Order: sequence, then C-alpha cells, then structure tokens
Amino acid sequence: MQVYLDNAATTKMDKVVADIMQTYFIDKYANPSSIHQKGEEVYNDVEKAKDKVAKILNAKAQDLIFTGSASEANNFIIKGVVRANKDKGNHIIVSEIEHPCVLGPAKELVKEGFKVTYAPVDKKGRIKMSELKDMISEDTVLVSIMTANNEIGTIQNIKKIAKLVKKSGAYFHTDAVQAVPYLELDVKDLGVDFLTLSAHKFHGPKGVGMAYIDRSVKINPLISGGEQNYSLRAGTLDVAGIVGFSKALELAYKNREKKIEKIRELRDYFLEQVKKNIKDVHLNGHEKFRLENNLNLRFNGIEGEAILMDLFNQGICVSTGSACSAKNLRTSYVLQALKINSDYLNSNVRFSLSKNTTKAELDYTVKKLKETVARLRSFSPIK
Amino acid sequence: MALNYTKKTLNHFLKPKNIGEIKNADAYAEIGNMVCGDQLNFSIKVEKGKIKDVKFLSFGCASNIATASIMTEKVKGMSLEEAKNYDWNKIVSDLGGLPQQKVHCSIMAVQGLKKVIDSYEDKKGNKEDHKGKAKKKVVKKKK
Repeated sequence: MQVYLDNAATTKMDKVVADIMQTYFIDKYANPSSIHQKGEEVYNDVEKAKDKVAKILNAKAQDLIFTGSASEANNFIIKGVVRANKDKGNHIIVSEIEHPCVLGPAKELVKEGFKVTYAPVDKKGRIKMSELKDMISEDTVLVSIMTANNEIGTIQNIKKIAKLVKKSGAYFHTDAVQAVPYLELDVKDLGVDFLTLSAHKFHGPKGVGMAYIDRSVKINPLISGGEQNYSLRAGTLDVAGIVGFSKALELAYKNREKKIEKIRELRDYFLEQVKKNIKDVHLNGHEKFRLENNLNLRFNGIEGEAILMDLFNQGICVSTGSACSAKNLRTSYVLQALKINSDYLNSNVRFSLSKNTTKAELDYTVKKLKETVARLRSFSPIK
Repeated sequence: MALNYTKKTLNHFLKPKNIGEIKNADAYAEIGNMVCGDQLNFSIKVEKGKIKDVKFLSFGCASNIATASIMTEKVKGMSLEEAKNYDWNKIVSDLGGLPQQKVHCSIMAVQGLKKVIDSYEDKKGNKEDHKGKAKKKVVKKKK
C-alpha cells in the first residue's frame, strides 16, 4: 500500500486543475500582454482567474501579485516593504518559527542596516502576545507572523496580532501558505496588509505563489523591468499557473467545512489509534489551535529519520524535523523554539493529511508504525 | 532532500546485524548523544587478543544503524590492533557509498569501536598493573 502523509510539504494536483492548465500550453498559448485577439482572450482568462481568487480573499484583483513561489512572494513583501519605507523606521519583527523564506530575507536586511527582532512562542507554538507588544516600537516598519506553522501546525490568532500591530502604525504580513483550506482568508476581516499563498499546498501547481498586497502601501519590486503585475513583478505572466492557482483555491474553499471536518475526524482517529498502540508518544504543538491535517509526534528513545526510512520502506511517506534528515544536520529550529528538552529534538515525525487521505491508509500506517517503533526501540540504548 | 541510500545500506538498516548488548561483556562504551541525534553503545567480548563478539545499540538514523551493523560484521575475529585502526572509508565503500551528510556516521562507528577497545585495554592494563603490584608485594614479603 502506498500512503502519502506529507501534504504539508506538497499536495497532489487535482485532475481538474491539471486539465484546465493544459489548455494554456498548447491551445491558448498567447501572451496576455499582447493586444491582439489571441492575447486578449488569454488576458481575459487571467483576469477572470484573479477575480475568483480576489473574491475568496475579499480583496481586489489588482491587490494580487502572482510569483514563482511563496518564497518569492515572501521575499518580495518583506524586502519590498522594508526597503520602500525607510522613512518610517528600520525595525522589523518576525516570529522565531517563520519559514526559512521569511527568516532569510529578514537576515539579509540586517546586512543592509535594518534591525530584526524575533518574536518568541510558547511551548505549544503560540506567539507570546505581551512580548510581541513590548517589541513593537516607533521604528517598527513591518511585522511578519505566519498564520499556521508548517512543522507543528500551530495556528496563530492573526486577527488579534494584526490589530495589535496595526495600532502601532506598523504594517502586518502573514505567511498563510499552510492555512488553505483550514482557515478563512478574508484579508479585511483578518486585518492584514500582506498575505502569502502557494498553489501546490492546496492541490494546485508547483511554481505558483501569490502575494496579496495592500496597494496603498509603498513596496519595491523584487524583479523589475516589465509592466506585468503593475510593474511590481516583471516577467511574462504564468497563465497556466495563475489559472491553475485560481481553480485549485476555488475547489479548496468549496464545501470547505465538510472537507475539513472529515480530515479532522481522520486525524483524531489516527492520533487515538497511535496512542492506543504505541507507548511514550507525545504531541508537539497545540491540541486545539492546530491545523486539521497536522500531527507532529515524538516517539521517545528513537530517531525520527530512522522511523521515516523504515516507513518509507513500507510505502509510507512522512517527514521529520530531526537533525539527521537535514543537510546541515541541525535539529528543527521550530521544535527548539518550543523549548522542549533537547534529548527529544531528534525523535519527531510529522504526519500531514489531505482531503485524499483515507481511513484504510491510516489503519495501515498505524500497523506499520507500531512495528517500526517496536523494532527501533528494541535496540535503542535509551530506556 | 533525497538521501538515496544504497540497497546495501537499507538492508543493514532494516535487518541490522549484531544488535543488542553482550551479557558479561569484557568492555562497554558509549559514543555520541541524543542531542546531536546519534548515539551508539558498544559491547565486546575478547579472546586471545581478538574480537570474539561485538554488539551495538543505536539511537540514530538509518545510516547510523547500517554503519554500525556492517562494521561489527567485518571486525568480528579481528585482532584488537587491527580493529582499532579500522578505516571508516571501508564502511562507506562496503555500503556502496553514503550520502555526503551521512559520512560522519561511519566515523562515529569506528570511533565507538576504538573507544570500546580502549576501555577493554584500560581495564586489562589496570588488572595487569594490579597484578604487578601484588607481585611486588609478594617480593617484599619474601625479603
């Protein structure tokens, strides 16, 4: 049996999305920037696709900038806003558990003379509000805090954080890449100035990110030299990608409640079965404020990478934040931010479900996981 | 990041040789720790200056387990001197190669082996010293 439980890394594209995208490779291949009839036809399709996305986000179509990835969108927003608003100050705040594509640009900005402060999280990965409040100063230009964490699935109270940040006069960005379809993404209701999405996290194509930006805020482009995307992101529009993004997002939010209810039930069933069958298992992250598709579990006494490789051998795909799986051999900075005992940092496995996950797959996984954990524990020196 | 472990590495990970702890072993040693993500515990039985038996326990990744498995298989029957100088490159080539970031596992395995042999020799040395002292005492008594 093949089981894919790594949906936080990426998801399988929906057939409908793939089919729609096909149209734009061979048939409707014109450049939407061309003013002839073929170009206009494609242009109109792009506009329609953007309108659909805008509707879901409760935004205007001209507030949406499509990029080559969420990493690009985050780089664009963070560098673009901070560099364009030097007159407002030179300080930015990001949480310690942001994705590397937020931490990276923040670090780069330090070299340019900006100050970066890292907002801490509690043991379950929630932002410490009072500490965040104390960090914000007159000099703070931008605060960037992710909606939900990719490793531990902890969800932040974005509305509350946005309110706090906006009150100070700083801009607020949230990387919402993991949030689809688990949270409503009404940018007005959330009160955010900037928001990032990535199509491949919700059964859309890889290589398509999106930056929602409040166009009244000054922002510098990352890629210049073309009038596409209102001169904020040069480059011929990825028509198939934008249409695919739009269709995937539309499908994700269709029957959303029902879909996430099913995923939550399966996830909770899985956790219950794991706990019933395996001793010394601990949940990382928050029990309540957690993405419905995420489980990050610690199996005491054994290594996450070994569990992963053993499961992989049985056709099950999962993920681990253990040092051994990383190229730099460093343990997950997200788990470290939770201040869990350092002895436990290498024993964690992430299981991330999707709408395609079935009960049979989870039953199979529990069975194999039980065998794997028993086998590895049988020769572990840690008792 | 794909690791692309070789079939041989996976075999040694899935069916490791020499796992466990020797009862009444001649020496024990532990190397690495849980924080860095790898720990190996070795135990050996020595007979006539040769490794009669060697076993290991692992808190580690697939390659940590596989490297210890293949190394213990190879050094059984070796003289202590030979085993102490066992080349980690040999482990890597025996496994048909290791991903670059996993090569350190083979180094840890040989270091662990050296540590357990050192521990054995220290113990033995102490015993001999002890015997030596005892003899001296006897000599003294004779005087």
